[in-house]
Amino acid sequence: MESNRLTIHELQEKLRDGSITSVEVTESVYRRIASVEEKVHSYITLMEEYAIGQAREADRRIKEGNAGELTGIPIALKDILCTKGIRTTCGSRILENFIPPYDATIVRKLKDAGAVFVGKTNMDEFAMGSSTETSWFGITKNPWDLERIPGGSSGGSTAAVAADECIASLGTDTGGSIRQPAALCGAVGMKPTYGRVSRFGMVAFASSLDQIGPITKDVEDCAIMMNVISGHDINDSTSVAIEVPDYRKFISRDIGGWKVGIPREYFVEGIDPEIKAAANETIKTLEGLGAQCLEISLPHTEYCVAVYYIIAPSEASSNLARYDGVRYGFRAPGGEDLLDMYKKTRSSGFGAEVKRRIMLGTYSLSSGYYDAYYKKASQVRALIRGDFDNAFKECDVILTPTTSTPAFRIGEKVNDPLQMYLSDIFTISANLAGIPGISVPCGYTKGGLPMGIQFMANHFEEEKLLQIASSYERNSKIEKRRPDL
Amino acid sequence: MGFCPSPYRQEYTAVKITKKEVRHVAHLARLEFSEDEERKVTSQINTILMYMDILSRVDTAGIKPMMYAISLDNVFRDDTEKKSTGAEIALANAPDGNMGLFGVPKVIE
Repeated sequence: MESNRLTIHELQEKLRDGSITSVEVTESVYRRIASVEEKVHSYITLMEEYAIGQAREADRRIKEGNAGELTGIPIALKDILCTKGIRTTCGSRILENFIPPYDATIVRKLKDAGAVFVGKTNMDEFAMGSSTETSWFGITKNPWDLERIPGGSSGGSTAAVAADECIASLGTDTGGSIRQPAALCGAVGMKPTYGRVSRFGMVAFASSLDQIGPITKDVEDCAIMMNVISGHDINDSTSVAIEVPDYRKFISRDIGGWKVGIPREYFVEGIDPEIKAAANETIKTLEGLGAQCLEISLPHTEYCVAVYYIIAPSEASSNLARYDGVRYGFRAPGGEDLLDMYKKTRSSGFGAEVKRRIMLGTYSLSSGYYDAYYKKASQVRALIRGDFDNAFKECDVILTPTTSTPAFRIGEKVNDPLQMYLSDIFTISANLAGIPGISVPCGYTKGGLPMGIQFMANHFEEEKLLQIASSYERNSKIEKRRPDL
Repeated sequence: MGFCPSPYRQEYTAVKITKKEVRHVAHLARLEFSEDEERKVTSQINTILMYMDILSRVDTAGIKPMMYAISLDNVFRDDTEKKSTGAEIALANAPDGNMGLFGVPKVIE
């Protein structure tokens, strides 16, 4: 088998016992990219020469007996993470030529762990989208059906994992941007607790919601990535200084006696029947493993999308004020004076969806509307968090489908922003409450599209998610398939 | 469509935001739109704001707004000297940074 198909933990063994080298793995990944990238378009920037250099260095480290957790493993980075000396676009024309002078903290952490960087992956512009259709650099396709979207905004990072164009990747999740594409592409994706992973050097979208997390081929790989990226960072004052457990220890444990909450508000009319059936099947599997599944209520669920699409655009309108054509990024020609230059630069530098959200955010923060929109939404957000606080008094984890439908068709929702927003319906609540969530594959539709199940836990309880997700993965007997590309 | 709360399904005539307001907000956000775009943006934002109306059903009297995802205290660090980014590096990405400073079009009339 080509080594690009292997997982991190499989490769760790082979690299350490000398049966394969990092250069061989990296070349295998690039052979795969050469044969499928034209169809899938996972990447904005590829860096083969750089990667081979890192792989040689990794092989040297391994020989010296000095390997870190990711030494020699080819990883893809969402193009929202600053990489020193390597273009970082955030999927936008306005950052088309931006070359960061520093590394994001987690990029440095991956480098220290010995990772090899395959490239920078495609994404919805400024991570605003659920389909990877709004990138200035073109659309990413779902490897399982090239006429469908891979999900978003981390669609490139997820498609790259699903198509074996890397071993694992990093994405970011503001309203579901890791978990939703993971579900639609048959990968594992985790959004950690807000504050678990440093955001320093991640291009900001909505600062109270953004979080970086791994996208992997299985749950054990997710635990390995979490071990590397978690922890406090002096450069991110919202990262939290509490101990990080060894997540890998939790993946072989069972879940007998656990209480799994099933929120009734997530199992209503409108959910795809095949997804509903898969979720019910998952519940049966967990009960077979000794877990007790009980119905719970998260009464403010129906308000999540409205709250999110006030808070996220408000924060975005403030964060994106920095793109003004002065210090870095694109500047439109022909500005008559400073104000005119700002307007021309921002109007041609941003795409339609980003401008729509800046407008929405500016409006909800503007004088006269602040109380009715931003303040009201922040109050309802407190109630949504309260729902979870109450739920976790009754149960260890919460189970929901990750998405309400399998991957939709390219172009299907791109002209109807509200319908697009509603595709995040099951994932947004975790970001609003700040809690961690994971999506794990739970089967395929009759048409062969992957489906995902989501688990959510209380703040800083990622280990519970990894424990139940891996227990489910081991016992669910879900066939391992690969997309036919 | 089971997840679409009622306002989205209704034939609504109410106007949440006018074209004039859209023009004002665009100015605040340092954006400009063509006539055509302006019409489209106004209609889309109207639809979205109509949907937001479902929040008026929630009684939030006395609820403290939640501004952060987790409870945070002020974070301080020691006031120690650190090396800063040099001018050359800071200017490397500037669209007009040739003279050792950030060049911009004229600011005063």
